[in-house]
Amino acid sequence: MSKSPTSTLAQTSGGTKLHNTLVYIRQHWQLYAFFIMPAFLLTIIFRYVPMGGIAIAFTNYNPLKGIFGSEWVAFQHFERFLSSPDFLEYLANTLKLSVFGLLWGFPAPILLAFLLNRILSKSRKQKIQLVLYMPNFISVIVLCGIVRILLSPTGMVNMLLGTSYNFMTMPQAFRTIYIASGIWQGAGWGSIIYTAALSNASKDLKEAAVLDGANIIQQIKAVEWPAIKDTVLIQFIMSVGNIMSVGFEKAYALQTDLNMSASEIISTYVYKKGLIDGDYGFSTAVGLFNTVINVILLISMNAIVKKMNEGKGI
Amino acid sequence: MSQIKKKSEFAKQPTGDKIILIVGYIILGLFLVAIIFPVIYIILSSFIDPITLQNKGLTFDFSKWTLTAYERVMTNAQIWIGFKNALIYSIASTILSGVITLLAAYPMSRADFKGKGFFNVIFVITMFFGGGLIPTYLLISDLHLLDNPLAIMLPGAFSVWNMIIARTYYQGIPRDLQEAADIDGATEMAYFFKILIPVCTPIIATISMWNFVGMWNSYFDAMIYLKDPAKQPLQLVLRAILIQSQPEPGMVSDMQSTAERAQLAELLKYATIIISSLPLMIMYPFFQKYFDSGIMAGSVKG
Repeated sequence: MSKSPTSTLAQTSGGTKLHNTLVYIRQHWQLYAFFIMPAFLLTIIFRYVPMGGIAIAFTNYNPLKGIFGSEWVAFQHFERFLSSPDFLEYLANTLKLSVFGLLWGFPAPILLAFLLNRILSKSRKQKIQLVLYMPNFISVIVLCGIVRILLSPTGMVNMLLGTSYNFMTMPQAFRTIYIASGIWQGAGWGSIIYTAALSNASKDLKEAAVLDGANIIQQIKAVEWPAIKDTVLIQFIMSVGNIMSVGFEKAYALQTDLNMSASEIISTYVYKKGLIDGDYGFSTAVGLFNTVINVILLISMNAIVKKMNEGKGI
Repeated sequence: MSQIKKKSEFAKQPTGDKIILIVGYIILGLFLVAIIFPVIYIILSSFIDPITLQNKGLTFDFSKWTLTAYERVMTNAQIWIGFKNALIYSIASTILSGVITLLAAYPMSRADFKGKGFFNVIFVITMFFGGGLIPTYLLISDLHLLDNPLAIMLPGAFSVWNMIIARTYYQGIPRDLQEAADIDGATEMAYFFKILIPVCTPIIATISMWNFVGMWNSYFDAMIYLKDPAKQPLQLVLRAILIQSQPEPGMVSDMQSTAERAQLAELLKYATIIISSLPLMIMYPFFQKYFDSGIMAGSVKG
């Protein structure tokens, strides 16, 4: 048997490692060629290739000339966006929508989970949950269609109030509509994760607390809150990390010509500038700005939590 | 017996606790009413004659009830094209995405997999950073996928989040199954398909449900990539009717006056909402037992 290159390499320790790796890959080639390859290729093509396309943000992109043929404008698009009055308005709209959305929307599922946890009959609890989960399966379009119907001047809400406001044209109503409909749709579904964590709370511990004469508030403090604390924390970090990625779909479907001063957010602006007006370079720049802020938020949140939580981040 | 026990348990509570419980039940009850009430309102309204609905609102005078809206929606070709397309896209993307994601999760779940760190970094970065709308759109355009349903299925076919969930689930499967397979000299593929997958039905059901519902309910990708009406999924047809108030021409064109057309267009919205939501409303209760398991697997990040 002739000396193979791998056996030469095996003489040094680094070589041994490489050799082992090669042997491993040869033995487990299916893991690479069959299991991971499709996901890897899709990721490279549809996630990494577009990252290269970010260069468009620094050009006056012309689809006929391509990235390298188009005029290079450096940071001109960013300057144009950051110095325009629209910038502050859209940024404020985006931040208000997500920060207020988080303030109202984040506690709602936790509250629901605590309430559900107090329902002793298992079958009744399941029936309630079935109703609570239902809105999650309604599409964004149908949800916004329902919202528009209920809030129309002759709709149910005006009928109950005895008024005839056209809520969909009122900028001051937009955020309330967006956030309330979000809670309506998502709070029940969002409570699943907390309900599951609560059901893991030790039954013995709770019984002991009850025997000791602990009232509900004390039980929540001593038994239930500790059981869901970590889950709440992780969910919170993830929500904060997503603060700049407010969903396009719902905001766009709730927009009307008249509520634009509150409903135009960065993602809808990126869409209109880019795909409707064809201003590719500018639109990419605005989108990149949004992504970068989001990444910074996420990294800083994770760092803060690591400090608070004795070195444990996510 | 259990009822009595529960009642007495409630009675045993100190007064402060009773107040808290009652307030809690009221909040929960209000939330349930807030969910059910609009749904009932929409269902009832969908049967009422448009003029009556606009002038008087809901009525239980059954002479004013009609099935016109349902007839018009059900006989409209575009709605059915939308349904058919949505069904095809949702099933195809559920299978495609499920297969790719479940496959990739397997090597990532193995402690001995060489290159795990590398792949992990490559995958996780995409959860937080991406090229954005325009570069992705231009890529789809360069690949000649505009107006091709693959444009809405391929880019999201591999979900890192679902991969992490499946990986965590695999890691919870006892190792002896793997060792038994090693001794038998089974290949990776044989182990995966014959031993691992059959014991992973809960997580497969969960991921499939998410994929199906996600594809069925989304509209953005289809709106930007699929311009041909024959290829549009249901949500785009719904968008025209519900959001843009532009029903399919055939639905209202026989009406004489603009006012009548507008009234009918309004009524069509109710029936459209009911018809289009029905499939998922019927389906989701059957998946209820998988909700918890899937969410739990996801919350334990590996």
